[in-house]
Amino acid sequence: MLVIALDNVAYSYGGGELLAGVTLELAPGSFHFLTGPSGAGKTTLLKMCFGELVPTSGRVELFGQRLPGMTRDALAGARRRIGLVPQDARFLDHLTVAENISLPLTVAGQDMRAQKANLDELLAWVGLTHRAKATPPELSGGERQRAALARAVILSPDVILADEPTGNVDWEMSQRLLRLLVELNRMGKSVLVASHDLALIRAAKTQTQVRVLRISNRRLQFAGADL
Amino acid sequence: MKAFLRDLRILWRGDASGDRVVPPSGYTVRLTIFSAAAMGFLAVMALALALSAGRLADDWGGALARSATLRIDGPLDTMQERTEAALRVLEQTPGVASAQALTEEEQRALLEPWFGPDLQLESLPIPQLIEIEKTPEGFDAEGLRLRLEGEVPGAMLDDHESWRKPFLAAARALRWLGWGAMVLIGATMAAIVTLAASVSLAANAQVISVLRLIGARDDYIARAFIRRFTFRTLTGAAVGTGLGLIASALLPDAPMSFLTGIGFANLDWLVPFAIPPLAALVAFAATRRAAFRTLRGLS
Repeated sequence: MLVIALDNVAYSYGGGELLAGVTLELAPGSFHFLTGPSGAGKTTLLKMCFGELVPTSGRVELFGQRLPGMTRDALAGARRRIGLVPQDARFLDHLTVAENISLPLTVAGQDMRAQKANLDELLAWVGLTHRAKATPPELSGGERQRAALARAVILSPDVILADEPTGNVDWEMSQRLLRLLVELNRMGKSVLVASHDLALIRAAKTQTQVRVLRISNRRLQFAGADL
Repeated sequence: MKAFLRDLRILWRGDASGDRVVPPSGYTVRLTIFSAAAMGFLAVMALALALSAGRLADDWGGALARSATLRIDGPLDTMQERTEAALRVLEQTPGVASAQALTEEEQRALLEPWFGPDLQLESLPIPQLIEIEKTPEGFDAEGLRLRLEGEVPGAMLDDHESWRKPFLAAARALRWLGWGAMVLIGATMAAIVTLAASVSLAANAQVISVLRLIGARDDYIARAFIRRFTFRTLTGAAVGTGLGLIASALLPDAPMSFLTGIGFANLDWLVPFAIPPLAALVAFAATRRAAFRTLRGLS
């Protein structure tokens, strides 16, 4: 079964059509990059994959459930199976980094004490052990991206959606984040990364099997072999 | 209703981690606590009024219903003779437990508030009053009136009905006024908590957005706010109730006045302790309604 499917989807905004005839199928364990110029609709497409935006026409299915017909609780349940790393990662600023990362566990009603070892392991995996007790405003851009990634994967979701995850970080950090995403993909997670960083996409191709999609003239198409 | 009770159970159980998702600060904290305290205080006062009025109605109703007064007017030279005749009639009347003519001192004491302590009763054409105590069954007032008319000239029987009815009506109106004030206070508190919760939800749109991002269900988000406002209201109402009880205890006694007895008596003192939990229940329902309405409105 596909984890996320978009069928002939269109999205209009402010009187103009941003996306048209978009069809996308994310199979379990797949790794996709989504490219295109700024304002092409990459973030909009990711938001539709997350159920945050409803298409003007066409069909969106999350884990086999059609989006407009889903109840709010069912949508929340589907979102717990999707780890989202937004471009501008938002946190609860009154909680520590560790509390923010473990928030999905709290929301899912899991026992925090039982998950303590997992949390420590995850903090070490994203290199934030020393920042566990800091608050989000104290983090750098790269640290925020890594904290967002840790929060996105703590519930072991089926899909990772990342929107420009390397937008605010240097090359070294972007490679580190990429390695984390590749590692997650090897663990069987589907990954969809929106990025205009072509060097990152080329680096990913050397590490795993990646399909590159491009939004051009409102439509989604496979990118050429040059990528 | 099922969801309401489930949320109430979860609230009772507590959720330490869930409590922390909403930032603790904000002026709605002070607004809610202050309003709950003020409403708790006013509720104690309204409760005191309602309970006192109830007591007053019972006292007046009971005392006046159990007694009657016979007044004997007319020439003073035959007063003694007619008084004895009236007492004889009363002794023979079924439903009269006792009948006693007021002494000169008792009549003087009755008139003292108007004429002062040095009143010479002999110089005034004062009627003789006879105080009648009824048996629980009471007597036939009309029959007694007819008999007195024939046997005791100038005798006027007052069975207190004309006094009792307006007194009772006034006391009952006061009691309803007190309970009505309680309902209004509850409704006002619900409105204030709804307003404060709505403001808090709007101010925490970012928090809600983050919680939704990580897959929080509406009932999880709502519960975080519900707990916050319910416990704030409980705290405020407890403080207000405590102050109200102290104020009630310090209310001065006003003997022989209409206000005599306003306050709590005996077990009545326990009733105000129900105000904080009731206020918390009102806050729970109001916040829950506001939270779900707001969350439904947010995309």
